[in-house]
Amino acid sequence: MVINYLEVGIFALVAVAFVAITLAIGSLLRPKNPYANKLAPYECGEIPVGDGQVRFHIRYYIFALVFLVFDVEIIFLYPWAVVLEQLGLFGLVEMLIFLGLLVVGLVYAWRKKVLRWV
Amino acid sequence: MVLFFLLGSLMAVAGASGVVVARKPVHGVIGMILNFLGLALLYVSLQAEFLAVVQIIVYAGAVMVLFLFVVALLTAHAKPPAMGPSPLRGQGWRAGLVAVLLLTALLPVGVVVPGRAEPWEGDFGGVVRFGQELLTTHLLAFEALALVLMVAVIGVVILVGRPPQRRRGARGEGGS
Repeated sequence: MVINYLEVGIFALVAVAFVAITLAIGSLLRPKNPYANKLAPYECGEIPVGDGQVRFHIRYYIFALVFLVFDVEIIFLYPWAVVLEQLGLFGLVEMLIFLGLLVVGLVYAWRKKVLRWV
Repeated sequence: MVLFFLLGSLMAVAGASGVVVARKPVHGVIGMILNFLGLALLYVSLQAEFLAVVQIIVYAGAVMVLFLFVVALLTAHAKPPAMGPSPLRGQGWRAGLVAVLLLTALLPVGVVVPGRAEPWEGDFGGVVRFGQELLTTHLLAFEALALVLMVAVIGVVILVGRPPQRRRGARGEGGS
């Protein structure tokens, strides 16, 4: 069974190698002449303003936390989707209850206006 | 099988030491992602397919987003600590010595108790089997989990949500 995952490993290896080889060929062939203007970050042709690493607003954090909860929900959709054909309507109702309970949380967050950007 | 274990444990150890060694927090986060991928590989080699998927999607995905948020919130303009003399004097090698002693104490356990060498037969641990068990036998636990997740969302809203805005004639500026 583990050997089935060898394909995934080969796929990952090919994906990494593709990028690495392309970049390596590029760095071998291109002329190398860096100067300060060329190394500056590209901001649509404008002169860059401020630092690249900006401090995020704390208000984004709540989106990350809510995302974490719904990510856990997604993880349970995966085995459900695999066995849905065998379970039929029963499985569908189960998942609807599951999602319904989570939507209650989402509606609560919505009503409390935490999802709205001022 | 052994190949999977070797690759997975190598990735996990490399990622973990990367977390410890990295001077910049963002590099530490990347090392941690490598660590999680290695752990997922170990789970696959133990026939725990679903756990491997959870490890990648929840830990390497969502939890890492939280880590990156904290890093971006706290250390955006912080300089990496200068490589001066370390404030720790001698604690480093003592901790290493204790770790080596603990590992040597654990080594006989691994030798004496051989553990399970042959794989589980059938589709044990597979996603299909897991889904069937979850949605039929353990249905109550599954739905209770939705309840727990709902409580988690509401808890997040209560803890870090906006305090109720007091009405003072006109609308407040909204800045908090």
